[in-house]
Parts: sequence; C-alpha cells; structure tokens
Amino acid sequence: MQMIKCPWCGPREEVEYHYGGQAHVAYPAEPAALSDEEWAHYLFFRDNTRGLFAERWVHTAGCRRWFNAVRDTVTYRFHATYRPDEPRPVTA
Amino acid sequence: MSETTSTTATTAQARGSFRTPTGGRVDRTSPVTFTFAGVEHTGYRGDTLASALLADGVHQIGTSIKLGRPRGVGAAWAEDPSSLVQVEEPFPDPMLLASTVEVFDGLVADGVPGQGRLADIADSARYDSRHLHVDLLVVGAGPAGLQAALTAARSGARVALLDEQSEAGGSLLGSDELLDGRPALEWVADAVAELAAAPEVVHLQRTTVFGVYDDGFALAVERRTDHLGGAAPEGTSRQRVWRVRARRTVVAAGAHERPVVFTDNDRPGTMLAGSARTYLHRYGVLAGSRAVVFTTNDSAYRAAVDLADAGVHVAAVVDTRDVAPAHWAVELERRGVPLRTAQAVVGTRGVERVSAALVAPYDRAGLAAGARSSAGVEPEAIECDLLLVSGGWNPAVHLHSQARGKLAFDAGLGAFLPAERLEDLLVAGSAAGTFDLSSCLRQGGASAATALSELGLDVTAVPVPSAAEQPPSSSSSAPDLVWVVPDPSGDSSRQFVDVQRDATVADVQRALGAGLRSPEHVKRYTTIGTAHDQGKTSGVVTSGIIAELLGAAPDAVGTTTFRPPYTPVAFATLAGRDRGQLFDPVRTTSVHDWHVQAGAVWEDVGQWKRPRYYPLAGEDMETAVLRECAAARTGVGILDGSTLGKIDVQGPDAGVLLDRLYTNLMSSLAVGKVRYGVMCGADGMVIDDGTVLRVAEDRFLVMTTTGGAAKILEWMEEWHQTEWPELRVHLASVTEQWAAFPVVGPRSRDVIGAVFGAGGSEDGVDVSNEAFGFMTWQDTTLDGVPVRLARISFSGELAWEVHVDSRYALAVWERLIAAGAPYAITPYGTETMHVLRAEKGYPIIGQDTDGTVTPQDLGMAWVVSKKKPDFVGKRSFARAENQREDRKHLVGLLPVDRETLLPEGSQIIEHREDGVLPSVSETGPVPMLGHVTSSYRSAYLERPFALALVKGGRARVGELLHVPVKGRLVAVEVTSPVLVDPEGARRDG
Amino acid sequence: MADTLVPLQRTHPLDARPSLTEATVGAVRVVDVSAQVQVRAAVPGPAADALAQVIGAPLPTRPGTWTPTPAGGRIVWLGPDEWLVVDPSAPSWDLEARLRAAAAPHGGAALDVSGQRVVLSLSGEHARDLLAAGCAVDTHPSVFRRGAAAQTLLGQAGVILLALSDDGTDYELFVRSSFARYLADWLADAATEHRTA
Ligand SMILES: [Zn+2]
Repeated sequence: MQMIKCPWCGPREEVEYHYGGQAHVAYPAEPAALSDEEWAHYLFFRDNTRGLFAERWVHTAGCRRWFNAVRDTVTYRFHATYRPDEPRPVTA
Repeated sequence: MSETTSTTATTAQARGSFRTPTGGRVDRTSPVTFTFAGVEHTGYRGDTLASALLADGVHQIGTSIKLGRPRGVGAAWAEDPSSLVQVEEPFPDPMLLASTVEVFDGLVADGVPGQGRLADIADSARYDSRHLHVDLLVVGAGPAGLQAALTAARSGARVALLDEQSEAGGSLLGSDELLDGRPALEWVADAVAELAAAPEVVHLQRTTVFGVYDDGFALAVERRTDHLGGAAPEGTSRQRVWRVRARRTVVAAGAHERPVVFTDNDRPGTMLAGSARTYLHRYGVLAGSRAVVFTTNDSAYRAAVDLADAGVHVAAVVDTRDVAPAHWAVELERRGVPLRTAQAVVGTRGVERVSAALVAPYDRAGLAAGARSSAGVEPEAIECDLLLVSGGWNPAVHLHSQARGKLAFDAGLGAFLPAERLEDLLVAGSAAGTFDLSSCLRQGGASAATALSELGLDVTAVPVPSAAEQPPSSSSSAPDLVWVVPDPSGDSSRQFVDVQRDATVADVQRALGAGLRSPEHVKRYTTIGTAHDQGKTSGVVTSGIIAELLGAAPDAVGTTTFRPPYTPVAFATLAGRDRGQLFDPVRTTSVHDWHVQAGAVWEDVGQWKRPRYYPLAGEDMETAVLRECAAARTGVGILDGSTLGKIDVQGPDAGVLLDRLYTNLMSSLAVGKVRYGVMCGADGMVIDDGTVLRVAEDRFLVMTTTGGAAKILEWMEEWHQTEWPELRVHLASVTEQWAAFPVVGPRSRDVIGAVFGAGGSEDGVDVSNEAFGFMTWQDTTLDGVPVRLARISFSGELAWEVHVDSRYALAVWERLIAAGAPYAITPYGTETMHVLRAEKGYPIIGQDTDGTVTPQDLGMAWVVSKKKPDFVGKRSFARAENQREDRKHLVGLLPVDRETLLPEGSQIIEHREDGVLPSVSETGPVPMLGHVTSSYRSAYLERPFALALVKGGRARVGELLHVPVKGRLVAVEVTSPVLVDPEGARRDG
Repeated sequence: MADTLVPLQRTHPLDARPSLTEATVGAVRVVDVSAQVQVRAAVPGPAADALAQVIGAPLPTRPGTWTPTPAGGRIVWLGPDEWLVVDPSAPSWDLEARLRAAAAPHGGAALDVSGQRVVLSLSGEHARDLLAAGCAVDTHPSVFRRGAAAQTLLGQAGVILLALSDDGTDYELFVRSSFARYLADWLADAATEHRTA
C-alpha cells in the first residue's frame, strides 16, 4: 500500500486516490480547428514513459482535489506531487 | 534393525521417554492431552506438536505428495519442509507444520499426504485487523531485535516489536548461552518486562511479519487464540492482521539452517542440526537416542556436544572438511564422540525412520564430474535413529528482498546476504550474516540508533550485555560449501532438494538439460520452492546446484525472488471483517425500513439496496411487475428514487461549465425550468444522462444516474479543476441530502394535489397543467419543511418528482402513501421503472449503452446543440467513424410471436427465409447485426418487447430480423424505440 | 389531509436500530446536529470574509483542521476553498440562506447538507482502538489532537474524522447518511472484544 502525498491533506494511502492519466495534456483551445488526425492524437495518444512520468491524481476519499505527481514508472516511487497551478518541479 | 527402531519408537512404552528429566521452556506442571494420527499423546504447555511427538519417539508425521515416502520433523520452526499436518479439532485447518503448531488440550491432528483438506463447514472464527503507526518496526525478538527495541523504547520512539514465536528470545531459546554471566533468557525476560512497561511500545509474540511493501508498510499476522484451542475467549479474534506503517524497520529475523542434499535425505529422523539443539534446550526433548551428525561447518558441533551431554549416543560427527575445528575436536574427544573428517553421508537406510547413515570419503569432484571417484568404495553404515545435518546458514533475507533490496552471494557463508542498505529498512543480526551473539546484540542496538537518528530522534544508547567468549577463531575452520553429496552410483533421483515437492537433483538436471538456466525457470519446471514453505531450505541449495552443474558462480546464477507471504496466511485472515454483511457496504435510503415492511424484493444497484418489486401474496416477479406497471399507466405509482445522483452547481459561471459538459445548452434554461441532458466523453460517447433543474440564476441541481453519481461529480471536478479553474463555480454532492420520489400515473395529480395542493399545505401549490407545466419545478413547504416538486417523467406518464431533505423523507413518503390510498397508490420498484422507461424508448446508460454509443446512435440528435461552438465530445461527432450510416442505433424489437421474451444480450441476425438457425460449418460465420440491450413484458402493449442496438437500425424500422434463442430463431420486427405514446399525450395527464 | 396526520417527523438512519452505544460499550453515540452547511470561498477574499461574518469566526485555512464557532458549532476544513459549517441549533435551510446570501455576491457558495451526513461521537478508552480497526490515518495524540480533521476511510465508508481532545479519547465522525447503517454495523462489530472483555 503506497502512500501518496496530497498537496493539501498530506500523505494518505493510495486507496484514497484515483488515477487520472498523463498530466499537462491540455484540452485543445479550438477542437474544431483540428484535423481528424490531430484530434485523434489528443483523444487516444499518451506517452508511455519508462522512468519519471508526470501524471494526474485526485484525492477522491479526501479533499476531492486534483493534483499532479511525478512518479517513476519503473519503481512506482513518487518523486513529487504538486498543485495543478504549479509547474512540474525539477526532479532527479 | 531399521524397522525395529522405528516400531519401538512408536509403541506406547516409549511414550515420553525422549523427554529430559528437567530443563526446557515447557511447563511441566501443565500437561496437555492431544491426539495425533488417532493416538492420544500427552505433552506440556509450551510444546509444539513436533516437540511433543518427538518426546514420545514419534518421528514420522505423514507421507510425501508424489512418492508417498514417509516424512518426519525436519526442523524446529517454519523452515521445516516436511512435518505437514492437518488439524481436525477444534476446527479443520489444513497444511500446518507440526513444528509450529502449539499443543493444547483437545487438539486433534493428522499427518497429511503432502496436501491438506479444507473444512467443508463455514469457519466461525473471527478474524480482524488493526492499523499501527510506529517510528520503528523491529521484526524478530531475538538478541538483535530485543536490543534494537530496547534502544528505541528508551529513546522514546513509537515501537513495534513483532516476533513469530510463542515467546521472545529467538535463537537464545534453543541454546544455553549466558549474558552478563547469567542465563541469557533472564536478560530476555528483563527486556520483555521493560518493553511491556514502555507506553509507546507494542510488543507482540506469535506475530509473523509476512510482507514488507512500499513506504514502510508491513503486514503481520498475529495468531491470538490458535494455541488456546477450546479455551479461546469468546469474541476474541483468532487471528489479526496488523497493518503497520513504520518510518523505519529493523529486520532481525534470524537465519535458517541449510541442509545438504544426499541420497535418501528425506527419511524421518533426518533433521537440521540446530533444530535438534532447539528441541533439547527449548522443549527438553531428545530428538533421538543414537545420532550421526553430518556437517560442513562448525555450528553443528554445538549440537553434537549438547546432545552428547544430554545423554544421546552420538555415533559419529562426519565433516566434509579435511581439518576439523581444533576446539570442537577436543570437545568431541572429551566425550568419546568419533570424528570423521573428509567424509560425507552419501545415503541412509530405514523405512519409516532412518536406521543408518551411509558414510564414505567425501568426493570433491562434485556433481558435474560425472564419473565418481568414490565409485566402487562401499560406504560404511553407521547405525542411528537421528541424522543431523548442517550445510551452513541462510540469513532470513526475505523481508529485505521483498522491499526490493539487492542480495549478493557470500562465498564464505555460502548464502545470499543483503547487499545494500535500503532507505527505510535495515537488517541486523544473523539475518545480516552476523552469527556471534555479541555482534548480533551490538548490531541490533546500532541499527535502531541509526534509524532513529535519521528520523531526528535523540538516541539513548543501551549497554550491550556481554556474551560468553567464543572459541578462538584460530581454532575454528572455514565452512565448506557443499550443496549435494554425489550418489556413489550416480543416481540422483532420490536426492531430495525440495522435500515437500518431492523434487530431486535429477529434476534439476532435467531442467538444465531442457535448456533452462535461471533459477526462476528451474523453479517453475521442477516446482522447487513452490510448496507452502516457499523454498526456505531448498532455494539457496537449488541456486548452488544450478551453479555447480553449469560451472558458474552462485552469484551469477542468483536466487528466485522472495515474495510475500513469508509464511502462509489464510484467506479468512486476510479478509478480516470484510465478509458477510460487512463485505461491501450496503447503502440505504431514508425509506428503507418502509420497503422492508412492504416486503420488497431487493436489487443491488452499485452499493445501494433498491426495491426491485413488491410482490403481493402469491405473486412472482412477472405478475408483480405487470401489476405495478399497470398501476403507473392507469392509476398512480410511487418509486423511491433517492439513490439518483444529485450535484449542486453554484456560482456565476455555473451555466458556462454545464454548457461545456452537456451536449445541449443549459445556460439558457430559465429559473424554474427543468431540462434533460446528456454528457459525453471527449470521444463523443455517452457517459451519463439526467435532468437539470435551474434553481437560481447562479445555481443548478444536476441529477445523474444512480451508478454515475460519484463518477460524474469527479468528471465535472476534473474539467473544472484541471482545465477551467478560472470558472467561478462550485460543485458538491447532495445525493443523500435530497430524497427523491417520482409519483407517476394519471392519478398522480390527485395525490400531489392532496398533499401539496392548496388544501394540503399552507402555501399550497396549484398542480394544474396551466400552473405547473411539464419540465418545471416549484418550491413549497410541508409543515414548515421545504419541499421541491418537479414535473419530470421517466415513464411518459403524468408525473411529479418530490424532493425533500432526507431527514424528513420517510414522513413525506408516508404522507404520499396515505394521500394515495383512495387511488390505490402502488409502490413500484426498479423492474417496473425499467419497463416503463423502455416502453418509452428511454435508454439506461450502461445498460442500453456500453461506452461506444453516441447520442445520435440513441436517436437523440435533438439533445446535441448545434449552436454551441464547443462542448466535451462535440469534435468527436465529426470523426468519420462516428458518421458511418451502419453504426448501431437504438431501436425497438417486437417478437412477432407476441410471446417470446428475448434474453438480454441475445445476438441479432438478418431474417432468414427458411427460419432455421444456420449451421456455421455450412454457411460460415453469420454476420451479427447487434444485440438486445433491454427486454421486458409490457402490460400496456400486452406483449414482450425489447430495445436493441442494431447496425443501421433506424433504416431498418419495419424490417424483420431474427434473434437466435436457445437454438431456434425468433422473428422480430424492428420498430422505433418509442412504443408507448409516441405523441407524448400522456405526460400532461 | 394534513390535519389528520402527525407533524412531519425527522428520522435518522440509526433510529429503531439496536443501540450503537450499547454495542460499543458506550464508545459511540449519535450526535444530533441541527444544521450542516457546506460553504465555498476563495481565501483570502470577500466571500470568505462575508462567510466569517455570518459564522462569527474566520474560516480555518490550514488543511486538516477544524475550529469552533461562537454558536457552539464547528468549521471543518474540507478543501482549499471548501468548509463544512456545523451548527447545533440553527434551522438548516435558514443557515444555508444566510450563508449563501453572504457568499454568493462574491462568487462564493453555500449549500445545505444537513441530511447528507450523520454525526457520531466516539469517545473513551476504546476510541482509538475502534479507529485503528479500519482507519489508516495515524490518530496518535502527538500528531492528531484537538483541532485536527481528516477526510478519510473508516472501514469502507468515507468519513470526516475530528479530534476533540488532546489525549486520544474524544472524536467525532461524519458519515454519509446512506452509509450510516453500514458504519454502525461496522463499529458494533469492531467493538466485539470490548463487549466481551
Ligand atoms: Zn487531499
């Protein structure tokens, strides 16, 4: 049972959270202006990183806030969690 | 000779004759009577089943799983691969070890043929769990663990000391060591007393830490009443799982002695040398009367000397090394024990018990040499009823390895050792490869001190008690590394590597012959290490054998991965309290007890209990539902819809957010009005639907499906928080705040009027069509309690939804029931709700859709705004795939025979002229056009009907198709999904 | 019709159930709370100020805390812009109206959630043991004492847990009313050993 540090509530067990996929994938400003291919890329394509990966989580059983995390996909270890309005921190 | 030894050992006159007159940790004033293999035995409190049986001269416990060979007690604790028993009384429990089961009055056990048997009655014992947070978790209460725990306790840390044995002391329990000049167990007792008095220390015995996971999380199982049998206190859980969150962990789990493999090494009476010493010192039991000790290292000499001193005739110490340790050679000579160096046990004799060890010059050429240098030399048989073996020691690195700590092979020890310091887990004592007592104590204290100072705690050092001097190192000899003693005739098929699996050196050779190299692969090919002991004695030996056969270094071969659990844990224990009625939360509405009184039959909808129907006496579901449907279509019905998800949306930008999330326009909804809406994923597929009430200029109430409540709130928050945080809008669940009761049917106006109309309420509502139009809502009060009425219909009938603070919901429900009595108001359940909505072609998201269905597919293009520049899902509607004309559309199906209820999920195929189900072998695969999503009998239509997703369905209206049902074809007519009142004339009553 | 009927009775999910207090040897009691209103505001900001004015106390800004109100209620931190205002006596819809009137003009919000959750008190020597049976949050008084609040899980139910004392013997639990019976059953079960000891 991993601990995940909610930027607001602090460390809690992972069962309190839901996963939200890759972080920093913005909804296109003008979807209608995109080609089918570009739109499909937004819809269906995400990075499959080996190593540090920025991803979204939501503290479902706690404060209900979405936040971002940098996690190592090899070790599962969380290197940082940060609020949505904060930039991705520099992590080793 | 061999047969007589084993026979006499199990006869009654031999009972108790292997118990020493004094000594041991058992309570000789507390005899207990138990039954093993149908024979009554007496032991003492503090005995294990194994020690009590050994005291009675019983060595054979059971037989092996594949070969049926007799198997006995191989060790004194969990590393024992062979003493498998089934406990029968007080409750059947399979696959326990005689060497770990404590005896109690009334215990009934049998040996098992390699495999136990689950109870065929429900286990009535209680299992529970506790969370525990500590600064330091210490695993193992041996010398290192106790010193670590004392250090942490005196430093004021929050400590857990967990140990799997019945009492603290670890290796000290099986020895006669002195500390500070007095018996070491007195030091143990003092330490335990001090820990018991420390307020922040949790010290638990009979508690096995079986898994170490991420972020300092460890799981332990505490066996709380297993040793009490029938005397277990009522209500006390039998076993408890401790969910420990430790900032640091010190693993002081000790070491397991390692066997040497030789031919017929599995006969009862063959035992690890240190275990025999434990049986002597801890239990006061002699494991035999005539012993041969076979060793590759110094440690077994202690067992030889202690057993000889206790009266066992030690017939020989056989050491593979050319030179025996000088100190121990003198000790043996003093006792007249013959010492044979450069020799090895190459086999045994005996049937149910070892009767002789076969000894020959040790063949250093090893396994790989093929031809045997000792071939032709007749081994010498040395009579014995106990064959003690020591091939060295394996530190218990399991938890370190589970925590993903690296291991490295130590050639000196012949074992794998922790090769790195993990951030939050340290290893101390013999688990770290430190075997002398003083060093273990020092290391335990130092590990705790290191851990605590890393946590920023002030460390109070604890003086290390002084242990007796070790024999000078000049008089000891380096251990020999021996995995297998080659069989003189080259037959490796009775050289048991994994005794529990009956897996032999021959099996390993076969695996390598098949090209396997990794121990992980060899494990799976041979099953070595997959038994319930998980290879505690066979794992490292297997790596050694592979290395030897391949001519590689054991380090290069490596070991198999150590995974939890360290020792077996019952599923019931892991389930804990999450079983029976607590298995999954049951969510109830305010009206639940009323439904119970009314005899509701329940449907589980997510975690909710919802009435499915309310049968009257003699009614089955079909008749009850037909009656309930008829009431709603011709009179009045009432449903508890409180489980519907409800989300309060407030703020100046509430309308903007809803416009972006719903396919239709919500910001244009007037206050007082209701609008149906659909939400799609970004891929354009429908994810939920429901009605939206505009409560105020800056406030909406969003209704979701029962199952979608939590998901949709999270979905809305996701978009708001992560994409559009600038929107001034606030979302919150009010699902339980508001009860919701649809009152449905032509007479609903009468009922609503009676309760809330001008005659029924101080600020009565005009419920006429003109004053209270379809898809509008009005607030009122009832006895001062605010109530919201909304004209929403999920049935096509005239209907109101009554919303009220759930605290007053039962009272309001009862008012409605009372007011409806003159109209025979009929409570109806989810089944009737489904029929009524299906007759109107209203889809249930998740039943009639499956995540691949667009609003257009549902025939709901009207709910998709063309005015809004964008909303979630809009762009996807333009994708070529979503524009295809042969997409599956929601349609109605009417079985032509007016009889057949199509099973939901049935496939749909083209109509076949011959009306015969085609044979796939003749025609090839039959194209599937879609499937039935909902299917009911309609009281209104007086026939069964169905909703279905059918390729190009809207263009097929009027066509005949076929649905295979139980091997025959049922002809169906494709219709519009709206089968009742397509003009919508009924909704206004 | 109304005159033939008794006035509208308030009901509680744990009405007409075996006594939870008895089942937990006095540890758990049902707490009658008149009003619970969830409020939203940016802090610092005018909506927060306006809400504080109505409540008579500022909104606590530290995550995982609660503060008392002059009316004998509590303000519980639920999120960076979200609080639960608990009032022992005010009519709930009236409190919502007053708080909403204060906050809404500044972009804040208030909503009555008095029926959304029920409140249980958990006290005495077994209180922490009951929590430890199903709550993964560390409730040791050194880290969770009076003023601390946590939204977390107890058993399989979401709860808001408040520490009322500094010695680990007094807590309050808020649970969604649809889960109240589950949690009551769970607590009664968790107290089995306290009953038989
Ligand atoms: Zn949080």
